Amino acid sequence: MVTLDDVTVVYGKNQALAGVAVQFPAGAVGLLGPNGAGKSTMIKALLGFVVPTTGQMHVLGLDVRYKAPEIRARIGYMPENDSHIPGMNAVTFVAYCGQLSGLPPVDAMQRAHEVLYYVGLGEARYRNVETYSTGMKQRIKLAQALVHDPDLLFLDEPTNGMDPKGRDEMLALIHDLGHNKQVNLILSSHLLPDVEHTCDHVIVMDKGRIATQGPIAALKGTGGSVFELRIKGDLPRFVDVLRTEGLEAHGTDDDVMRVLVPAGRTARDVFSLASTHGVQVRHLRPSVPTLEDVFVDAIEGGGSRAHS
Amino acid sequence: MPIHDQSYRRYAGERRPVRSAWMVIARAGLMSFLSRKAFLGLLIVAWIPFVVRASQLFLASNFSQAATFLAPSAQTFRDFLGQQGIFVFLVTIYVGAGLIANDRRANALQLYLSKPVTRAEYILGKMSVLAVFLLAITWLPAILLLILQIAFSGSFTFLKDNTSLIASVTLYCLLTVIVITFGMTALSSLSRSSRFVGIMFAGVLIFSDAMFNALRFITGSTAISWVSVQASLDQVGDVIFRQAPRHQTPVAVSFLVLLAVVVLSASVLERRVRGVEVVA
Repeated sequence: MVTLDDVTVVYGKNQALAGVAVQFPAGAVGLLGPNGAGKSTMIKALLGFVVPTTGQMHVLGLDVRYKAPEIRARIGYMPENDSHIPGMNAVTFVAYCGQLSGLPPVDAMQRAHEVLYYVGLGEARYRNVETYSTGMKQRIKLAQALVHDPDLLFLDEPTNGMDPKGRDEMLALIHDLGHNKQVNLILSSHLLPDVEHTCDHVIVMDKGRIATQGPIAALKGTGGSVFELRIKGDLPRFVDVLRTEGLEAHGTDDDVMRVLVPAGRTARDVFSLASTHGVQVRHLRPSVPTLEDVFVDAIEGGGSRAHS
Repeated sequence: MPIHDQSYRRYAGERRPVRSAWMVIARAGLMSFLSRKAFLGLLIVAWIPFVVRASQLFLASNFSQAATFLAPSAQTFRDFLGQQGIFVFLVTIYVGAGLIANDRRANALQLYLSKPVTRAEYILGKMSVLAVFLLAITWLPAILLLILQIAFSGSFTFLKDNTSLIASVTLYCLLTVIVITFGMTALSSLSRSSRFVGIMFAGVLIFSDAMFNALRFITGSTAISWVSVQASLDQVGDVIFRQAPRHQTPVAVSFLVLLAVVVLSASVLERRVRGVEVVA
């Protein structure tokens, strides 16, 4: 679907992408990473907005350097920041985007009505886009990306600024597109639940490189086990001890931390380390691995769990 | 399928060739302005000089007493286009100031350029909007006046006596429209505020003209007319209409100034119209 081969993008002295080589499979793929990891830069490079210093990129089998217009006719792009065509109401705006993508005017208008209903803006489609709330603007960005029925959808932080209800509805739409409507999509996000809810495959980025990648189920299901742990004692020091011993640990919203134990090791190792360092274990319970564990392991632990 | 079906469906209809996007942009821009009453009012006012000139042609053709002082010449058409200058200025600010500035304010460039629209097509589409309206208040009324002159006089004598007039009108209007359209579109790409762009445009024209007048007063010569865009247009326009140039500046220099405006504007547009702004 999308292939990058040794792609490097440099902004001044800052290397946004550092020799990235990766293949995006068909289906719903999450592009996950903290802010500044290079996710948006990768999408902008694939759209032809940014020219890489080195490397080759192919989208839908076409070379980005030579076939950019042909590629852009077959993809939909939902940008991260607020963007619209000024002075238009929603249906005119979406139909206009359809025409720009090559649809005849009548078909573009009909598709505009349809996708606006689909994204939940049917009742507000004659309002000027500039009067829309943040959540509505996110939806109309999705509508303009969908109107010409793209073969591949790039969604850059699609739930930015949305309230919880709107966010759930947006994620439901994206899930529906990827799983029921067979639209290939690449979802860029720094929010783990968004990717976990909507995608089957994830590519984790950090500091302009690919940290780990694979099917979410496989990444969550292999390479050791996860425990919830609560202790009494010097927590930061014990986290350092665990990491030094190869057990990745990270805190949660509560006072419970999650410890990733690699394959071949057990909970006894945790007890043993606690005993050695004078820490009381108050709670230790096996847990189900989540994408967050994979993410933390990839970003902070160098992907030891995924690679083991 | 009816539009109340709220599910998403695949599209299997016709798709246009990728290269026609500029026409979509131009058409949308034209329709957007034509739907504004204030702009329609401005266009109507811009045609009032045409009505006055048409009356002049009618009187000169039908009343022999009036023909002695109202008889048209090539100078009549040159004067008419000169009088349209104020409307060219107003329409340029009204239409041109927001052409790209508004898109930059709304982050629309990344939307346009994520479609099968090249930067050149985007710029061409935007320029076409302004160019069409400028031609509609310069070239179109001038050519209609020429047709009216033939109709009122009932002969082609005037046209035979001024064989180069159609070419002169067309060439001068095109030159004016190209220089102004390039200049305004480039200015519009420099800011996110259309008001600021309008002020910049007025400032460039007024300041360059004021500088020319000040230098003329100091030096007592019009050889420095090349510092003014308007004076350069006038100078080249005089030659196009086969009249004596009004300034002492060589016409080639005036033409080079206009060419420089176009080249500089194209360079600005090449740098400013991008899908993403990279701040290194």
